[in-house]
Amino acid sequence: MFNDSLKQLSDQLSAKKISSTELTSDFLRRIKQLNPEYNAFITINEEMSLAQAQTADKMIAAGQAGPLTGIPIAQKDIFCAKGWLTTCGSKMLSNFISPYDAGVIERFNQAGAVNIGKTNMDEFAMGSSNETSFFGSVKNPWDPAAVPGGSSGGAACAVAARLAPAATGTDTGGSIRQPAALCGISGIKPTYGLVSRYGMIAFASSLDQAGPMAKSAEDLTLLLNVMTGFDARDSTSLQRETEDYGRDLQKPLNGLRIGLPKEYFAAGMSNDVASAVDKALDEYRKLGAQTVEISLPNAPLSIPVYYVLAPAEASSNLSRFDGVRYGYRAESYSDLADMYRKTRAQGFGAEVKRRILIGTYVLSHGYYDAYYIKAQKLRRLIAQDFTDAYRQCDLIMGPTTPTVAFNLGEKSGDPIQMYLSDIYTSAANLTGMPAMSIPIGFGDKNRPIGLHIIGNYFKEAHLLNAAHQYQLVTNWHLQSPI
Amino acid sequence: MQWEIVIGLEVHAQLSTHSKIFSGASTAYGAPPNTQACVIDLALPGVLPVLNKGAVERAIKFGLAVGAKINSPSIFARKNYFYPDLPKGYQISQYELPVVQGGSIVIQADGVDKSIRLTRAHLEEDAGKSLHEDFHGMSGIDLNRAGTPLLEIVSEPDLRSSIEAVAYAKTLHALVRWIGICDGNMQEGSFRCDANVSVRPRGSDKLGTRCEIKNLNSFRFLERAIDYEARRQIETLEDGGTIRQETRLYDASKDETRTMRSKEDANDYRYFPDPDLLPLEISSGWIEQIQSTLPELPQARCNRYVTEFKLSAYDAGVLTSSRETADYFETTVKQLPTQAKLCANWIMGEINGQLNKDGIEINDCPISSAQLAALLTRISDGTISGKTAKTVFESMWNGELDKDADAVIAAKGLKQISDDSAIEKLVDEVLAANAQQVTDYRNGKEKAFNSLIGQIMKATQGKANPAQVNTILKKKLTG
Amino acid sequence: MTLSVNDVKRIADLAYIEINDSEATETLDQLSGIFNLIESMQAVDTTEVEPMSHAQNVFQRLREDEITETDQHALYQSIAPQVEADLYLVPQVIE
Repeated sequence: MFNDSLKQLSDQLSAKKISSTELTSDFLRRIKQLNPEYNAFITINEEMSLAQAQTADKMIAAGQAGPLTGIPIAQKDIFCAKGWLTTCGSKMLSNFISPYDAGVIERFNQAGAVNIGKTNMDEFAMGSSNETSFFGSVKNPWDPAAVPGGSSGGAACAVAARLAPAATGTDTGGSIRQPAALCGISGIKPTYGLVSRYGMIAFASSLDQAGPMAKSAEDLTLLLNVMTGFDARDSTSLQRETEDYGRDLQKPLNGLRIGLPKEYFAAGMSNDVASAVDKALDEYRKLGAQTVEISLPNAPLSIPVYYVLAPAEASSNLSRFDGVRYGYRAESYSDLADMYRKTRAQGFGAEVKRRILIGTYVLSHGYYDAYYIKAQKLRRLIAQDFTDAYRQCDLIMGPTTPTVAFNLGEKSGDPIQMYLSDIYTSAANLTGMPAMSIPIGFGDKNRPIGLHIIGNYFKEAHLLNAAHQYQLVTNWHLQSPI
Repeated sequence: MQWEIVIGLEVHAQLSTHSKIFSGASTAYGAPPNTQACVIDLALPGVLPVLNKGAVERAIKFGLAVGAKINSPSIFARKNYFYPDLPKGYQISQYELPVVQGGSIVIQADGVDKSIRLTRAHLEEDAGKSLHEDFHGMSGIDLNRAGTPLLEIVSEPDLRSSIEAVAYAKTLHALVRWIGICDGNMQEGSFRCDANVSVRPRGSDKLGTRCEIKNLNSFRFLERAIDYEARRQIETLEDGGTIRQETRLYDASKDETRTMRSKEDANDYRYFPDPDLLPLEISSGWIEQIQSTLPELPQARCNRYVTEFKLSAYDAGVLTSSRETADYFETTVKQLPTQAKLCANWIMGEINGQLNKDGIEINDCPISSAQLAALLTRISDGTISGKTAKTVFESMWNGELDKDADAVIAAKGLKQISDDSAIEKLVDEVLAANAQQVTDYRNGKEKAFNSLIGQIMKATQGKANPAQVNTILKKKLTG
Repeated sequence: MTLSVNDVKRIADLAYIEINDSEATETLDQLSGIFNLIESMQAVDTTEVEPMSHAQNVFQRLREDEITETDQHALYQSIAPQVEADLYLVPQVIE
């Protein structure tokens, strides 16, 4: 059961072979048993989860079930969920019980899904290893010495360790795709504006986008069908026709043109990753696709551009955490300014503070044009590179990460090395284009490797089609560490 | 040395929307603390702003009324600073590309028209309030006002005296109320002024160092703060000192300004485009639609009163000082088209006088324009004299007899006696009873005539038509 | 460009984050490394390029001017650090 696909679980629920209450209890038991080892969840709330399961059972009995009704979903602790502790991985929100639901949470609730718990994450989604969480690091289920990636590390771990059938993540620079790759699961960051950002605690507003994480591309389509959709409360939410992201799953890949950016196959990629990517591309050729070399000349600047824009937006987004209306407040202080400074010094961890300082600096008087405006101009050039590339190809592929999962503690003292984990992923956030990662094998120390698939705006169904066709002929996505 | 005072004003006009600029919470004034602060106003984690169309419409309306350029796209930016009444740690405002750019306003100061240029007018959100009553040495924060839409209207430094500054502020105040975008209630903070004041030697074309005086919430304070500040700067310079660029506060109780913060302490606001808000498009169709709802503006109406109703420029100016007064005048004059001057005199005199006395606005005037017109009709058709009309007006104001002028005239028997034979009979009686005065008059004592008139009027309790009495009496005495 | 400890302290002050001398020195090292990485942006000529603020080239959607929120201050204040008389309490605000 723990290895079942969402479709299989849904079939069992509608055939009344199992109830949502039983299914939820089974996963809760498994979480209780294994979470102390992995630390994938920050909060479990049996009572609330089971209440949702009972509601789902009623929906099923009444014949009102949808594809996700009754299915437990692990929610990243960045989504505000009414009545749930919502920490965003930070001491700052370590006591924050959300009084409202995020748009994403509402949509899962309406679909009858069960919130099985809130997953661990890098503090305010700033990190690539889950080591910046105030609630401790998460272990990679394939190797407890390795990081699970980040920032959606708890989500990736939960799915890989089969603590939940599926999970939500958010992706500002690679935070869905990088942990998905490092934990051997599938994850997609949709086009910016498809999933509501309302109630999703902001890191970098113009880059943040939520998406699903699951075992297979097929599962992702069901999750995406629920998660996406217009939300009037988010000014950047797009008004579009509803689409079924699974509509093209079965399409053959004959004639598919896969672009291979020469910049992504240059030095920096480790041998094990390179050979796994090559094998996956061979598989695609066998499926009828052809590969073409393309160039994204400005893509290597994604990291510097990202590390100007994301901290700039974050420095402002995180100003609301001041200990006045909710969250942590320093215990002792001399006056108002001292309360602010101590609250923020104590409530934020080192990486968050570092990024606030970078962002404050690049926006400050005299530096704005040289850094912030410059980065926004380069952002346009990078987006233009991708748009140009799609004249030559339908999808772009490459490695999701330059290496397999690194060891816990290995890069935590070296921010720049950590930042370079997002070298292939951050461009999709700068451009706003959809991108996903699927498992394609194992490398050094038998740790998972991910294939990065990027498409033009609104090409989610195409990405998922390509991923699914690969998963029909391979079984990497079915492998489980336990 | 002769000094010239240079002033620019920044006015914050609270826009009269029902809901806040970025949330669906109410903007009603005076609610219990924090009952109108929703998750967005409180800046809970994860919440996002969605712009209120009504606020944009009002900004466009203002732009059209002052002949400004309406920018499209227009951009919202974050102004970053920390303050407990600013929940997000930034204020959503506009920096580059405000909705309204340029434009001008004509003011009258010392009887002369002067055009004052506007720099811009931009949309932004208001902050909450800090209450300083003693909560064990702490302050209390009420966020009801946080997120209330404001239009910040910035003038060029075109004003040259506190009198001009007040004239500008009053004209602007009347305009925003006239076009219905702001209630103008200064006690409730709906219309607040900051003044940028500098001085320079007369004849110089270089601006002096300016000081900004914050939060002047009455025209009187505006005038006095500028006067004090200009005097302070001139005295400082004449004593060989220099002016520091700084923000100052006006202390009404001491009638002086004092330093709030110097330029060196000024915040680095780190403005940048708000990533939560996309560029705002204002289509020409939308602008045309708003243009079509724009009322005739005060300046145009004032000019029309001079040409159409032959009123003096002064009278026209007084009647168009607020849209309500002008509307009251127009509905009155519509019923008495030949008596515009009579209507104007009564509105500026009796009506305004009583309103002031009772401390109410013309909207709450107990006598409607139709009721006033009914009264004035009786003056123009000779039923009552202007003097008697004041008595009738008083009764109407007090609500007697359904404020019906005719009913009051009838009930009090105030109808003028205009029947020649009746008056002649009265005159004869009075002449018969006052033979001595008749003799006096005929012997050249002019004063006796007035005494006789007085006797006649007294006999009729003032109801006899004075003109007729005059003519008949003269005829009898000389005949 | 070169950052100094004073720059770090100035930024921390703007960001309202308390920082002591040793933290400032340590932060300086890290930020200097990060800004070296960021400096690589300057190699590209972007004179003619329009800055890109948003991923989608669309305009802002507007809300009708309607009151949609009700009073829930008791719920919202149940998670506040310090409240009295329905007000959020902070150390004395001095103007």
